[in-house]
Order: sequence, then structure tokens, then C-alpha cells
Amino acid sequence: MKHLSEEHLIAYQDGERAGREAAAAHINSCTECQAELHRLAEMLAAYQALPVPDPGEDYGRRVWQQIAPRLEEKRSHWWQVFLEPRRLTAAGLVAALLLVAFLAGRVSKRVTPSGGEATTTATADAAQVRERVLLLAVGEHLGRSEMVLMEIANAQPEGASVKQVNLSSQRRRAEELLDENRLYRQTALQEGDTGIANVLDELERVLLDVAHSPGTVTPTQFKSIRQRIDDDGLLFKVRVLTKEIERRENTGKPGLAESGSAKVERNNQA
Amino acid sequence: MNESVESVRAADDIAIERTLAGDRDAFRVLVERHSATIFRLAYRLTGNHHDAEEIVQEAFLRAYQKLEQFASQANFATWVYRIAANYTIDRMRQRKQEDARRQAPSAEMTDDVDQDPLRQIPDAMPSPERLTQSVELRRQMENALQSLTPAERTAFVMRHCDGCGIEEIAAALKSNSSAAKNTVFRAVHKLRQMLEPQFAPRATARAMGTES
Repeated sequence: MKHLSEEHLIAYQDGERAGREAAAAHINSCTECQAELHRLAEMLAAYQALPVPDPGEDYGRRVWQQIAPRLEEKRSHWWQVFLEPRRLTAAGLVAALLLVAFLAGRVSKRVTPSGGEATTTATADAAQVRERVLLLAVGEHLGRSEMVLMEIANAQPEGASVKQVNLSSQRRRAEELLDENRLYRQTALQEGDTGIANVLDELERVLLDVAHSPGTVTPTQFKSIRQRIDDDGLLFKVRVLTKEIERRENTGKPGLAESGSAKVERNNQA
Repeated sequence: MNESVESVRAADDIAIERTLAGDRDAFRVLVERHSATIFRLAYRLTGNHHDAEEIVQEAFLRAYQKLEQFASQANFATWVYRIAANYTIDRMRQRKQEDARRQAPSAEMTDDVDQDPLRQIPDAMPSPERLTQSVELRRQMENALQSLTPAERTAFVMRHCDGCGIEEIAAALKSNSSAAKNTVFRAVHKLRQMLEPQFAPRATARAMGTES
């Protein structure tokens, strides 16, 4: 019996489609090739399982500290914004669509002499995409923030024997969340989504408290942090905003602060 | 809570946009989010903690410098991974050439020279007794991997450790799909030969498809 060549065996193991049925038929009827395939799979599995040292939970932070001084500030000019590849691609797409519409003889009915309607539509589409991206990112961020807040709110440090409360896990995660929180708050402000920006602003203050606390705090310090969360009703606000974001993602309806059309209007003026 | 692929992508898009708008610190989110993945790739390719850390830093420095060229349709994670793979290949080739010059100034060594991997680690082959010790087997496997050419090593790790597609590997190797596929095959073939008898093919004749 002629066995499968190594090349065919490796290709089969790798999921190659060409000649797959014939190879499978042979392997099924040939114990030698089955054993060979098994040895190959074993080797690949062994390589996959080779351990890689864990660089540590704060590895990304350390990398940033190493490279940040070497990053030059990017200077943004108004014309560069329009020349960004992503915008050029979008502009190209819009142009292509307009061309298709023109050729189909539809453009005369829809576009005003100045082309204003088409421009407004394109801007509104772009605004919707940006809004969706923001909602998606903030929704995920709120979920992770809520978990940290919940853990602090549900901790039970009371009792005479408790001298220290360990917040090192929450502190580390709060540090991670802070960077993203700032990013989303600024983006929400820029997009005019003040409802999101306000909650993120309150969240940021509490995250700062937690991130700047020592890993282990006294019960008094702990109470102070928890009080801050309770006083602001932050958990409630985070949950409400999460629900609101889910609703907006599902329906595409305007946000808490202003209507979508108002935002488009403002974007057009900007 | 695990982040969905979609939300990671959305978060990356926002960070990229703000970085491009002049907010340098926004890049930090990308660095913190993707450093560990790049470290794993770099470590697998170099087998060295220090080198891997340098590669991670260089990959993000390059990504920052080229960020204007990044198209939003692409995935930042894939993009920076490719930059790291590409940089690692160049770095390994350069180091190999430097080593070759140091050891034998008259013999020019290039990545494409077909070096017989079997001759490279003849003493490293484990005895059956030693094979039973997993630490030893691990060392054998790492040695075998390190003896591949930079392109083969990168192609193998991308395909069989990180599950990358052939197109992605081709992009990292700056070659075409067919060449990338061949490189992956060559890597697997050499590893099997080098790791004999643990994972060895039945006979050398099998490679030719002539065994009967």
C-alpha cells in the first residue's frame, strides 16, 4: 500500500481542503498513517503547550513606562484629519456610492443643487458609526467597573479582629480602568454625549481613589472609599447607564443628553 | 468579565483616533491591552525573556510611528502582531549574520542557505531514558525550534502556536501565500526530523511519498 507523503499528511493535519476526502479515506484504512498522523499531532500539541513565562499582570504598564518617553507628540492639523487613511477610505466609499447613484439616475431626485442632503446623510452615517463604537466600548468598560465597585460594596471588613482590608486586586483593576475611563469620557464629551461623560466623570473620581489607595487599607480608610461610592449612588448610576447603552445599541435611539439629529447638526457646524 | 472581540476593537478604535488627534497618552490603552500577546509571540520566537521584552517595546514604538498608516478596517491587535513578527525576523537574521561573521568571517551565511538542521544539534538528541524527563524534552524542542531559520520559526509559531492564517503569515514574511505555506511545511518537516525518535516520521522515504 502506498502511504501518504509527509507533505500530504502535514497538509491534512493543517486542515488543507484540497484532496482531503481521498486523504481521509486512506488514513481511515491505514493504521500506519493513522499512527503517523497521531505522532504529528502530538508534536504540534507539545509545541503549543510549551510554557511561556508570564510577564506579570502589570506588564503592559511597564512597557508603557519604558516607551512613553520615546514617543513624540503627534501634531494634528485640520488637513491631516481629512487625509487619514480611514477617512479617505470612507470618503472613497461615499464617492463611489454617489457615483453609482448618479449612474442609476437617482441622484437628481435626492440631492439639492449644493449637494447638501447627501453631505448631511454621509455625516449622519459617520456620526452613527462613531456613536456605536463609543457605546460598545463604554458598555464593556462599565461592566468591568461595576464588578470592581460591587466587590468593594459587598466586602465585609467589620469586626474587631479585622485590622486590614486587602484591596490590591481592586486597586490594580482600577488602575487599568482609569486610562480607558479618561479616554471614553473625553470622547463622549467631544461627541456631545454629556449623559455618558457625566457618569464617567463620577466613576473616574472613585476609580482614582481606589487606584491611589495602598493595596491594604485600614477599615476606616475602606469605609471612606465605600462611603464615596454610596454617597454618589455610583453603582446605581453605572447600572442605569449600562441599561441605557444597551437600549441605544438595540434601537439606535438618541442618548440621554441630546438627540442624534442635534449631534449631527453640531457636527456639521464644527 | 471577558471583553468581546467587538468591544476590544471598539476600544482600540477610540484609542487610535485620540492618539492620532494628538493625545499621546491614549496610546497607553493599546500598549497595556496588547503587550502580553506580543510578549508571548516574541518569547516563542527568541526563547529569551530579555529579547522578547525588547521586541515588545520596539513593536509598539513602530506601531506608534506608523499609526497614520493604519487603516481602521484592520484589527490593531493583528497589525501590531505583524509588526512584531516582522521586526523579530529582521532582528534574528541580523543576529545570525553577526554570529556567523564572528565565528567564520569567510563563510557568508544567509537565511536562505539550506542548513541541515540535523547537523546543528547532533548532541542534543535525547536518549530514551532522558526523553522520559519532560524538562529535557522541552529543551530539545526549544533547541530544535531555535535551529530553524528565522522565517521558518516565525511561520511555524504563527501557524501552530498562535493559529494565524496563511495570508497573515505571508504578510509577516513579506512573501506570498504559496511561499508561506511551504515555509510552514518545511518548518514542521525539520522539527519532526530533529525530534526523532520522539515525534519522528516512520522513514525518510515518506517525505518523498514513495514508501510502499
